[in-house]
Amino acid sequence: MINQIIQGVLLGGYYALIASGLSFMFSVMRIINLAHGSLAVLAAFALFVLADRFGISPFLGLLIVLPGMAIIGWALQRFVLERGSRVGVLVPILATFGLAIVIDNLLFQQFGADTRSLAPYIGDFSYDSWQLTDDISVGKLAVFTFVAAVVILGALQAILSLTPLGRSIRATSEDPDTVGLIGIDARRVNAIATAIAMVTVGIAGAALAMRATFGPYAGEAQLLFAFEAAVIGGAGSVWGTLAGGVILALGQSVGAQIAPQGFLIGGHLVFLVALFARLFLPGSTFPAMLRAALRRPA
Amino acid sequence: MNAVHAMGVERWTTTSKVAVVAVAAVLVVLAVGPGIFGAGIVDRLTTLFIYVILAAMWNALAGYGGLVSVGQQVFFGLGAYFAIRLADAGLDPFLSLVVGAVVVGVIAVPTSVLMLRLKGGEFAIGMWVIAALAHLLVNLDTLVRGETGTSLIALNAYAVGARRDGIYWLALAAMVVLLGMLYALLSSRPGAAIQAIRDNEDAAASLGVRVMRTKRILFVLAALGAAMAGTLWLATSITFQPNSFFGVQWTAYMIFMVLVGGIGTFEGAILGAIIFFLIESWFGATGVWYLIGLGGTALVFSLLLSRGLWGAIDDRFQLRLLPVGYRLTDRRDGGDGILPAEVEPAVSSGGEQ
Repeated sequence: MINQIIQGVLLGGYYALIASGLSFMFSVMRIINLAHGSLAVLAAFALFVLADRFGISPFLGLLIVLPGMAIIGWALQRFVLERGSRVGVLVPILATFGLAIVIDNLLFQQFGADTRSLAPYIGDFSYDSWQLTDDISVGKLAVFTFVAAVVILGALQAILSLTPLGRSIRATSEDPDTVGLIGIDARRVNAIATAIAMVTVGIAGAALAMRATFGPYAGEAQLLFAFEAAVIGGAGSVWGTLAGGVILALGQSVGAQIAPQGFLIGGHLVFLVALFARLFLPGSTFPAMLRAALRRPA
Repeated sequence: MNAVHAMGVERWTTTSKVAVVAVAAVLVVLAVGPGIFGAGIVDRLTTLFIYVILAAMWNALAGYGGLVSVGQQVFFGLGAYFAIRLADAGLDPFLSLVVGAVVVGVIAVPTSVLMLRLKGGEFAIGMWVIAALAHLLVNLDTLVRGETGTSLIALNAYAVGARRDGIYWLALAAMVVLLGMLYALLSSRPGAAIQAIRDNEDAAASLGVRVMRTKRILFVLAALGAAMAGTLWLATSITFQPNSFFGVQWTAYMIFMVLVGGIGTFEGAILGAIIFFLIESWFGATGVWYLIGLGGTALVFSLLLSRGLWGAIDDRFQLRLLPVGYRLTDRRDGGDGILPAEVEPAVSSGGEQ
């Protein structure tokens, strides 16, 4: 029982990691990027190619892939999201959905239906674990993923609250037209924010590829996990996202206890319950209270 | 210019009168289709009717209700599932196709209570979660046997020719009835509310438009239509594999058809369905590149041509075939002098709220 809770919490770290970029973009630009999961899988495939064809360790590969993701983020904002939000609020949804279909199928075209994993390229890190008690052990990779989620969420919060860039991002998010009057280039700020979000997506893709297998169409499931964690945690809140990821993972663990197919069903049901609670009892959910406590700008 | 006193409002133009007669003539030909066309053409036309239903119903939700759903495959798949279940329980298979869709329409009512509270992207992915959940739950049914799936065997009781013609007529009837319902809705008083919401939801609400009720009507109609398309697809393919019925590619097809044809216009969705039908006939066999092309086209249209082909035609020729809205005319010259200021069509993009 305790073991399952611990494993659930650690898995929640991965969900929080993949959700962090989605939640960040939503809080800054009010945009949900439907290509979010596909971009994480794209990063995973990029790391796989670097490791498989060029023998570059996935950890070193991140030094190449993450700047690449930042450039993709910048381009995504400049050429898709920005243009889209000018035409109408529905356009970014449609455009990023089209982008997701293109990415998924290009990956399928290139790599076929086989599932891949980065586990063979990271040595014993993929299965090493720490023995806590006689019957409880935690995987090192799972712990590092959780720590990465905490560090990234903390860094996002710190950027928003403490840095001049964060002030510009928050100001742009309040009113993208007016910030121009005080010398903030809203286009540039949003492009940087999207680039930051895509770097987190790249790290999430690495975590996905190391902890499990992935295929060209894995993006859909990652998008749904990210979205569910973000909504459970109260969309747009940084620390709520961590809570949301953990709650989602615990829901899945409970579902898996009831029936073998119950893992995903449990997660979806927890999401619906959280949605219900948010809609009909606003402000009374745990993440909402947490968010209220943390939202005060520093 | 004292033109103000000479203005009139009209619904029917000469073009639309001609168009309605033409539509009626086409429908008469289609109604006797199985007597004229070969088996292959009857099958292809059935597929076209299903595409038209899918496009028109997704357009009803997104183009008129301002609600982009990427989870409409939930209704498509559930329609097929309930048809299987009803036929298994002994109901006539053709009747099962209709009743299955109606059951989904009923289920859509409580679903709308929860989902319509969401906005924009949250509604879009929220519907996707609902679709994923429904897919998993259907897989639990022992009749479906997980991803292996099952078949609508009961339909084999009909001879091949009678079955083909029966499905064709059912698809044609479903298309006419569903598009007729949408047309009647748009021409009625709620229709004016729908178009007001499409153009500006906040302004509509401030004028006393009951936004939520209006959206619910569209949501349920779109669900009913997608479910009917699902049961018809089941009838044409016989086999029910959850993966293919609950796949997000159905939503990709709907989005492609509506974006290319012209979001928020009645004619655009039909045009988009015909274009999609032709593209699928020519390129469908290319598999993955076909899907890449569809996604890429949707991306380009959403960014650069957000009113679609029909929107572009409308901008240039002021063409409106079906009299869904009203337009201002200049009565002084007594003619069909159409002024740019129209009442019905979104002066702004149809995709906006």
